[in-house]
Amino acid sequence: MLLGKLTLDAIPFHEPIIMGALGGAGLVGLVVMGLLTKFGKWGYLWKEWLTSVDHKKIGVMYIIVAMIMLLRGFADAMMMRAQLAIATDGHMGIFPPEHYDQIFTAHGVIMIIFMAMPFMTGLMNIVVPLQIGARDVAFPFLNSLSFWLLVSAVILVNLSLGVGNFARTGWVAYPPLSELGFSPDVGVDYYTWALQISGIGTTLTAINFLVTIIKMRAPGMKLMQMPIFTWTCTWANVLIVASFPILTGALAMLSLDRYLDFHFFTAEAGGNAMMYLNLFWAWGHPEVYILVLPAFGIFSEVISTFSGKRLFGHTSMIIASGVISVLGFMVWLHHFFTMGSGANVNAFFGIATMVISVPTGVKLFNWLFTMYRGRVRFTPPVLWTLGFMVTFSIGGMTGVLMAVPGADFVLHNSLFLIAHFHNTIIGGAVFGYLAGFAYWFPKAFGFKLNEKLGKLAFAFWQVGFMFAFIPLYVLGFLGMTRRLNHTDNPAWDPWLYVACFGAVLIACGIATQLLQLYVSVRDRKQNMDVTGDPWNGHTLEWATSSPPPFYNFAIVPRVHDIDAFTDMKEKGIAYAVPKAYAPIHMPKNTAAGIFIGGFTTVLGFALIWHIWWLAIVGLLGIVGSMLARAYDNDLDYYVQPDEVESVERSHFERMGIDVDNYTERDDKASRSGSRPTTTA
Amino acid sequence: MMRNCRPTRLLWGLSPALAALLSGCQGGILDPKGQIAADEKSLIITATLLMLLVVIPVIVMTFLFAWKYRAGNKDATYTPKWSHSNKIEAVVWIVPIIIVSCLAVVTWETTHKLDPYRPLESDKKPINVQVVALNWKWLFIYPDLNIATVNQLAFPKDVPVNFRITSDAAMNSFFIPQLGGQIYAMAGMETKLHLIANEAGTYKGFSANYSGAGFSGMKFNAIATPTQQEFDAWVARARSAAKPLDAEAYIQLAKPSENNPAAFYSLQEPRLFSAVLHKYMANRQSLAATDEQLKIDALTKRLCETPVIKEQ
Repeated sequence: MLLGKLTLDAIPFHEPIIMGALGGAGLVGLVVMGLLTKFGKWGYLWKEWLTSVDHKKIGVMYIIVAMIMLLRGFADAMMMRAQLAIATDGHMGIFPPEHYDQIFTAHGVIMIIFMAMPFMTGLMNIVVPLQIGARDVAFPFLNSLSFWLLVSAVILVNLSLGVGNFARTGWVAYPPLSELGFSPDVGVDYYTWALQISGIGTTLTAINFLVTIIKMRAPGMKLMQMPIFTWTCTWANVLIVASFPILTGALAMLSLDRYLDFHFFTAEAGGNAMMYLNLFWAWGHPEVYILVLPAFGIFSEVISTFSGKRLFGHTSMIIASGVISVLGFMVWLHHFFTMGSGANVNAFFGIATMVISVPTGVKLFNWLFTMYRGRVRFTPPVLWTLGFMVTFSIGGMTGVLMAVPGADFVLHNSLFLIAHFHNTIIGGAVFGYLAGFAYWFPKAFGFKLNEKLGKLAFAFWQVGFMFAFIPLYVLGFLGMTRRLNHTDNPAWDPWLYVACFGAVLIACGIATQLLQLYVSVRDRKQNMDVTGDPWNGHTLEWATSSPPPFYNFAIVPRVHDIDAFTDMKEKGIAYAVPKAYAPIHMPKNTAAGIFIGGFTTVLGFALIWHIWWLAIVGLLGIVGSMLARAYDNDLDYYVQPDEVESVERSHFERMGIDVDNYTERDDKASRSGSRPTTTA
Repeated sequence: MMRNCRPTRLLWGLSPALAALLSGCQGGILDPKGQIAADEKSLIITATLLMLLVVIPVIVMTFLFAWKYRAGNKDATYTPKWSHSNKIEAVVWIVPIIIVSCLAVVTWETTHKLDPYRPLESDKKPINVQVVALNWKWLFIYPDLNIATVNQLAFPKDVPVNFRITSDAAMNSFFIPQLGGQIYAMAGMETKLHLIANEAGTYKGFSANYSGAGFSGMKFNAIATPTQQEFDAWVARARSAAKPLDAEAYIQLAKPSENNPAAFYSLQEPRLFSAVLHKYMANRQSLAATDEQLKIDALTKRLCETPVIKEQ
């Protein structure tokens, strides 16, 4: 009774694969903790990172979480591809359904919610305040809290591996399968609480960034002059604010069904599962645009920077993104044309969906005409962008095909659908994040990533992607449906083997990226970015040092142009030494976020296992931490001018600018547009 | 199925290379055996060709522009400030709009023509089949013939089949790819589907919506017999092999089981399908119930005496 539904049986001692994974993860954790202790870095970790409210550090932590979860989600993908390559023609493969069904559910949830979302949020955190010339986000503590809520959800999802089980419903958790009648164990509860907690974090982040973007832009930066990445993030945040509450509501109703015998979505007593499908996709479809719009922004920044040109059709891009957001919110029904809506309804939603391809097509053409009459440098970010343009065109086409209800009736739920959305999410969102990662890495860490390994990783990913997913299109045509545990059609076998091979190639790509990180850190001295502008960038994030000082900008820049930093370079004021510095108002670090996140984990775990006393402890902990924070008046401080001066002096000195003998004449000398030192 | 192997029929227009890749005995959606499936296939091809009008130029231009304007090519024009052209903007907005408009017209027409609820026009009398998705098998009730089958479906070719579909388990999707589109099977609700086979053969059918552990084995064969006589013979065989399907037998059948072989039943309860449909609203009787409704309610109550799906 004291432990609710939790017993020792919940731990899968008899599953060698799970115990192996847990053992491995535990070992890595012990090694990391050992190293931290050995080098005495616990205090540094706590003071400088875990309690930090600095948007750049929070961004880095988001991306670390995303990468760890990428490894977990990808391991799930490998297991699925291996299972389907083995379980043919009478063989049952490695994983029985009760295990396999958890794997594909976890893969979907992890890749969307715990890999793609934090990766996107991480890049947004690092870049957006810098791009708009702000010193931090509007609510720095809230930003830290959002991150720790995500971590809390990540902990719950991974706990399900070792304590109990995860949902066996597919990542969409359609009722009545996800109701108590069919899923009486804790799997679905892990799913709902993990999504709820991370969803709250995401919503808070979106509010935070919208306020930041609206209120904290550098003087002179009009809305239509905002950099395109900031704009696409703005649209994504609008979509988050509009759609995440729908998910929260849908999951809350599902939980009420499961905990308090409500009947929102049950088949019995007037419940209706169709309502869940509508609500889920009213969030789920905007969600894919939330993922892909910031990636579109990254491609725009990358292609413009590395073509040495202004972005073609900046206004057009902003409008196109807006049209995509608005339409993206109104097409959710195309996820269930096969639920028996009338022809008029299906046709309306089908046509509304294909209209989205117009602004998306415009974007593609604008990227093409940004390259047109430019000087394209084939760095890894550009390769990801070109790979995206080809891959995403195909993914977009198959998407429009599925928007035609008559075609969807035979393609729905088939592997064609799986191929389509991986085509857009990997070829669109993930390629974008990886381009952004390589593009902004020097900004965040002060040195560039190894280019050769970056190109090799791209090659593995791109070729591996083709091998992994083109067979799925074919299998869809051959009539193979999704989420099968084993197959018995010999015509499918060769394609399943090729897809498995493709997944191995992507694994090589991921391994190459890990190697790239290692080699780049090792050789960082050769790849230092001393100016803060390694690529000859256009926007304000390149105007400060790499990594930026904690206050971002010693003097907040004044903006006169879309490409604000290019404008400054051309006017010769990009590296002007200020005559004097003013005190800078900065937020203090706080442990409130990590405490609230920790208690939220406790609350979630207690609710999942029906340990009511522990749930009360968790809830009281959350409220207590909030009150403690609310009554804490020691929230901020001023960085004094002499400290700013010494930080800035060392940056100027690294660039070879003599601060003490700086005159206006030096300023004029650099008016030709050249930079003090160039590494590009 | 092996006997449907007709590689020559696969020389459909899209591209010879793709056709070569997909050749062989396949039985997928590009190998249709009925009018609906054939229309859906040609719709896929039409829509794809329409979209390739934009997609191919974009892909070609990507490679072309990237190569022509590579940093190493100093001969190419370089205009770092050029970022706007009304002409180009007009073209890149208008061309996709034209193509999407064409596609929209195609979509509107085909969505109505291929609406799964639309009965098929035919001079032959359609066959009625009531479909119940169970954990994890398909129950097919032939109300006019007083038989029922599990995981096997038969009908003569060229005769329309009217399906009424529900579920007494999780949500499933009823799908015979070579005959046409799918439709969800949902507890407490009825969906409709109209299909026809224009060639005799045995076609694979299955659930296309994941419904739990036994989902992978939730398959059936749909047999399109060459003649009415052969269909009558199939019905006679089914009758002779049949066990009675009454409320008790249904309750047994509805218990979860996996990889069920085909089985045949004689239908003892003509109102079984309606009762299954109403099961989830049991005890919520209308005051204006007709005699027929009261009979269905009585049967519904019996089905609910040993509820298959228990909350808690």
